Amino acid sequence: MKLIILNDYDQASEWAAKYIRNKILQFSPGPNKYFTLGLPTGSTPLGCYKKLIEYYKNGDLSFQYVKTFNMDEYVGLPRDHPESYHSFMWNNFFKHIDIKAENTHILDGNAADLQAECDSFEKKITAAGGFSIGPDGHIAFNEPGSSLVSRTRVKTLAKDTIMANARFFDGDLSKVPTMALTVGVGTVMDAKEVMILITGAHKAFALYKAIEEGVNHMWTVSAFQQHPQTIFVCDEDATLELRVKTVKYFKGETLNHRSCSC
Amino acid sequence: MPSNKSVSDAPITQFINCRILRDNELQREDLWVREGRILDPEKLFFDEQGYADKRVDCGGSIIAPGFIDVQINGGYGIDFSQASEDVSDGVSFVAKKILEHGVTSFCPTLVTSPPEVYHKVLPQVKVHDGGPHGAGVLGFHLEGPFISAEKKGAHPEKYLRTFKSGGLEHLMEVYGSLDDVAIVTLAPELPGSQSVVRELSQRGITVSLGEHRVLLLVSESVSVQPGRFHALSNPSVSAVVQFHHRDPGIVGLLTSDRIPAGRAVYYGMIADGIHTNPAALRIAHRAHPSGLVLVTDAITAMGLPPGRHTLGQQVIEIQGLHAYVAGTKTLSGSIATMDMCVRHFKQASGCSVQEALEAASLHPAQLLGISPKKGKLDYGSDADLVLLDEGLNVKATYISGEEVWRKGQ
Repeated sequence: MKLIILNDYDQASEWAAKYIRNKILQFSPGPNKYFTLGLPTGSTPLGCYKKLIEYYKNGDLSFQYVKTFNMDEYVGLPRDHPESYHSFMWNNFFKHIDIKAENTHILDGNAADLQAECDSFEKKITAAGGFSIGPDGHIAFNEPGSSLVSRTRVKTLAKDTIMANARFFDGDLSKVPTMALTVGVGTVMDAKEVMILITGAHKAFALYKAIEEGVNHMWTVSAFQQHPQTIFVCDEDATLELRVKTVKYFKGETLNHRSCSC
Repeated sequence: MPSNKSVSDAPITQFINCRILRDNELQREDLWVREGRILDPEKLFFDEQGYADKRVDCGGSIIAPGFIDVQINGGYGIDFSQASEDVSDGVSFVAKKILEHGVTSFCPTLVTSPPEVYHKVLPQVKVHDGGPHGAGVLGFHLEGPFISAEKKGAHPEKYLRTFKSGGLEHLMEVYGSLDDVAIVTLAPELPGSQSVVRELSQRGITVSLGEHRVLLLVSESVSVQPGRFHALSNPSVSAVVQFHHRDPGIVGLLTSDRIPAGRAVYYGMIADGIHTNPAALRIAHRAHPSGLVLVTDAITAMGLPPGRHTLGQQVIEIQGLHAYVAGTKTLSGSIATMDMCVRHFKQASGCSVQEALEAASLHPAQLLGISPKKGKLDYGSDADLVLLDEGLNVKATYISGEEVWRKGQ
């Protein structure tokens, strides 16, 4: 596991975006050789998306031969609702770059048979050769207690999550979706490489649990201790619950990584 | 990139590098157009997996809905109120010229005239869409003859009329036909006007109150009228600001709490720097900003050099930017273009760019009841556009997504 510690959110976002950019460029995708990305939503990856858009606009990066798979989507929310993950991806990423619509995949929360939709999504990921990179904040909707070998499925949202989301639905709890489709922990573990973005002091405890304690289904991110290629990218604030020894150890390593990958 | 649309094969144009007027603000967004209408790119992406066939780089321009002029009497030597054999050609000539001002739709206006003029002119011009040939005609604006003698302004007194008994039938006798009429300006205090207003509204014609001194009293009694009221200000707009504590006039109407819910009051203002005192513009804008409709009230002489010209049944004289009834100091009408009015309105009232643009596009569309098809850049709206620079000068005009005028060509 690599732990990359940057000074602040902006630097963490930039590091992550550069890493993805370089991986894509090294891979040299083409019409018969697509690069596959697993993508999250939420406020954490926004800075990273902005940077990737910048690299596209500068002409440094093209998404023409990149396939994307999003991690989750609400059940029952109209696709064009401003809070749907389809809208999020369109407004914050897809509309600004040259990706082809047919190469993007987002779970359909309005499918007639939800489990069939999940199964076919898994098959599409396999057909695409699995994830090359799955950047992630907290593995989609795999909330505490989720099986560490779970696959794409329907999940009922935790009460806390629903309450937290209410602010996006005019404070009306009855309008907040109660279920979502999400890729499983097992699904993301199949990716060739996983990058996890964790920023902010409020995530510090989760980071501590993820890397300094054992693998535990109450902290699903800890599953990645058993993944061969994982990078955690965080800012200083997110390290607040780690041991000084841990931080110093990984900062020493980071100096080496910076010279290799950026 | 290849197009792959499942809904339609029609080409898609994407306007990039622009700021669009949407949801009452200028947004940094691309504008997508297909088959003459604004397209939802998110739907195109997810539902059709489609792309743009053509990209237009707007160089940072502002894109606003095309301007709509609901009060224009002529221009470039053409007088719509002149009963001639080729009224249609005259209207078309002006329609083509006003594309340069960003106007994509308009209401050719006829001032008070004798019945013979209406009977001859009205049948010659039908409501029709705009295009490369010129701005679209939304219907005639009949300003008079049922207006008050006291506030006649430049309308010739001898042709003013009152309603004889039988209200609408009398109106039909005078006009001949109402088929292609969008607005009628009349004086609501004339006896018999109430039933006329009601019947016109039922036909979908916007009624404009051409006399404002007793407006507040009238609006109370006609408050159950269906339709939209348009309190059109007389060219001598200084009268508008006569705010007497017992007779609040137009300011009273604009801020009246007697306007029933769901009804809107709009008022036209000529922001040419001559017809409206800047203070009046500011007051009106602040009293009721969402009802302000910019009109040119342009006359025959608009676009022409100084001298004498004919308007309706009178002769007028141009001196600089002023147009007078020949031999008097009564203003006859304005010769400012719509884009000039937008710029002057913004400067005089201190309003925002969005508000200035909406006064010339959204509000006239709402007045006529044709929003959101016209006057907005919503998904599904007609792609009638005006591209402007920072100073609100027109760079290009589009109708139904097709470029119909470009500066420098």
